[in-house]
Amino acid sequence: MIKLQNVEKVYRTSSIETLALNNINIDVKKGEFVSIMGPSGCGKSTLLNIIGLLDAPSKGQIEIDGSPVKRYTDKHLAELRNRKLGFIFQSFHLINDLSVIDNVEIPLLYRNSSAKERRELAQEALEKVGLSNRMKHFPKQLSGGQKQRVAIARAIVGKPEIILADEPTGNLDSAMGNEILGILQKLNTDGATIVMVTHDEAMAKKTDRLIRLFDGTQVS
Amino acid sequence: MLTNYIKIAWKVLLRHPFYTFITLFGITLTLTVLMVVTSFLDHLFGPHYPEVKRGRSLYIATVIQTDSASTTMSSGPASFDFLTKYAKSLKSAERVAIMSNFSFSNAYANGKRIKLNTKYTDVDFWSVADFEFLEGKPYDETNVRNADHVAVITDALREQYFGNDAAPVVGKTIDIENINFRVIGVVKGSPPTRLYTYSDVYFPYTAPKSNYQEKGMRGRFVAIVVAKSAAERKDVQAEFDSHVARIPKAEYSEDKRFNMLIVKADTYFDHFINMFTRSDKDRVALYGIVGLVLLMIMGLPAVNLVNVNVSRILERASEIGVRKAFGAPSKALLWQFIIENVFITFIGGAFALLLTLVVIHFINSSGWIAYADLTINLPVFAISILVCLVFGLLSGVLPAFRMSRLKIAEALKV
Repeated sequence: MIKLQNVEKVYRTSSIETLALNNINIDVKKGEFVSIMGPSGCGKSTLLNIIGLLDAPSKGQIEIDGSPVKRYTDKHLAELRNRKLGFIFQSFHLINDLSVIDNVEIPLLYRNSSAKERRELAQEALEKVGLSNRMKHFPKQLSGGQKQRVAIARAIVGKPEIILADEPTGNLDSAMGNEILGILQKLNTDGATIVMVTHDEAMAKKTDRLIRLFDGTQVS
Repeated sequence: MLTNYIKIAWKVLLRHPFYTFITLFGITLTLTVLMVVTSFLDHLFGPHYPEVKRGRSLYIATVIQTDSASTTMSSGPASFDFLTKYAKSLKSAERVAIMSNFSFSNAYANGKRIKLNTKYTDVDFWSVADFEFLEGKPYDETNVRNADHVAVITDALREQYFGNDAAPVVGKTIDIENINFRVIGVVKGSPPTRLYTYSDVYFPYTAPKSNYQEKGMRGRFVAIVVAKSAAERKDVQAEFDSHVARIPKAEYSEDKRFNMLIVKADTYFDHFINMFTRSDKDRVALYGIVGLVLLMIMGLPAVNLVNVNVSRILERASEIGVRKAFGAPSKALLWQFIIENVFITFIGGAFALLLTLVVIHFINSSGWIAYADLTINLPVFAISILVCLVFGLLSGVLPAFRMSRLKIAEALKV
């Protein structure tokens, strides 16, 4: 489903060159729930960004569903993110000026779906995360856990095959964290392939497979 | 999608009221200036009282006699004789009116001097120009034939000369330059910006001192030719050109000083532009200067708005990152920010429209231009909308382009 071969990421400034990722090789199978672990600054988020086509590798190749993504243009990459990928971020990244349902609808805005269809799918996604009673609320009116559930609804509304979660429980207490992990596990059971970045060993152990990074290098 | 963009734009406006005030203030002020200018241009060139047929009219106002090297030139209004021969005879025209260019006289009321603009016209003048008669009627062919000392005056002159006791003045006499004229009609005056119909008093062209009998090409008269439709003006122009082309050189050469005669039946706008330009090159330069001035009026505030927009959009980096992550192509984001900016510009445009109404009401009632009738009519409104759109695009495209190019990973770090 997701294949990374010899991926390298180098950040360059005028005076310094930093190797953020070095020779990463990952193969995530369809329906797997994989977690990426490592200490702060080891390149976990950079790797997730590259898997999610939010950033380009300096070297190496990424394949999604067997197609190398190097060939894609901005428009094609946008379409691929829209159709195949759903993102969950540690700091939620909800748009405070939009209501919960409008936030959830965002991925559908970039498809040819009608307003009615968008609304129905967004309601359905919010029901799945147990927030159908908060549709008209604004992000500022929600707790951290509720915000993350809205973010999950947004990630799944377009029914993507892959969900990429960057420390989805990082800003939540353990009870809320477990609840969010429970939702992700349910989504995985329903068929979604999930890659989750975490620094929480206990969370990571609940996933199918663990990839460990240290100083930008894959250690397991 | 559009609703989503507009919702965001509205929320962003409410987020920082002070910034919003500054932004809208700048937009409103700029657009007000442009809307007032548009309204004034419409006042100058549009079909307004009493020249409501301007949309299908042609103006013959300048006769140029020159030699092929343009070393000698004589130009000015035409003679009555010239216009009778070559304009009145136009078969393709619906009607042709001849009137004198502006001239001045004095009248005395109760020992006080009244400075007057006077105009000598034919009878068709009253059909070509749609004056509103407050009293009486225009002079007719009999008055012209008999060279009757009759006059049509404006309501302003009526008030100045006869006082404002509201009694009818038709039949009373008015002494202008020691000649008594019988007032035959009173019209609602027109603004002095309508050069060829504006006057305080109108006489038949056969009245004293009109000099209508002068021969030659040039004199003190102009003609307004009304075509049956705007499109048929081309036929009238062609017919007039052929009339002029057939004039024997001997008639205008004036002892071989001139070998070219240039007389055009132009639309009012072309005629106005031709007063300042003699060649296509001059015209391009004039349009260039006007374009540059307009661009400066719009461009400088737009640059300012670009800066405000860039700093305002920067605080939305996370939103840009999210939208891109969930599949928004750069083009969609570019459009989103342009639409938002155009939306904000239109809010400023609505305020500007209200402010323009106040400003033009002030201009109309200030007496700065007598009988000023600046309006926001459909063409002015349409141009104002266009100006809003251009301003919105001008100030929105650059920030939108910059933001749409933002790298997703970078945007999400903010």
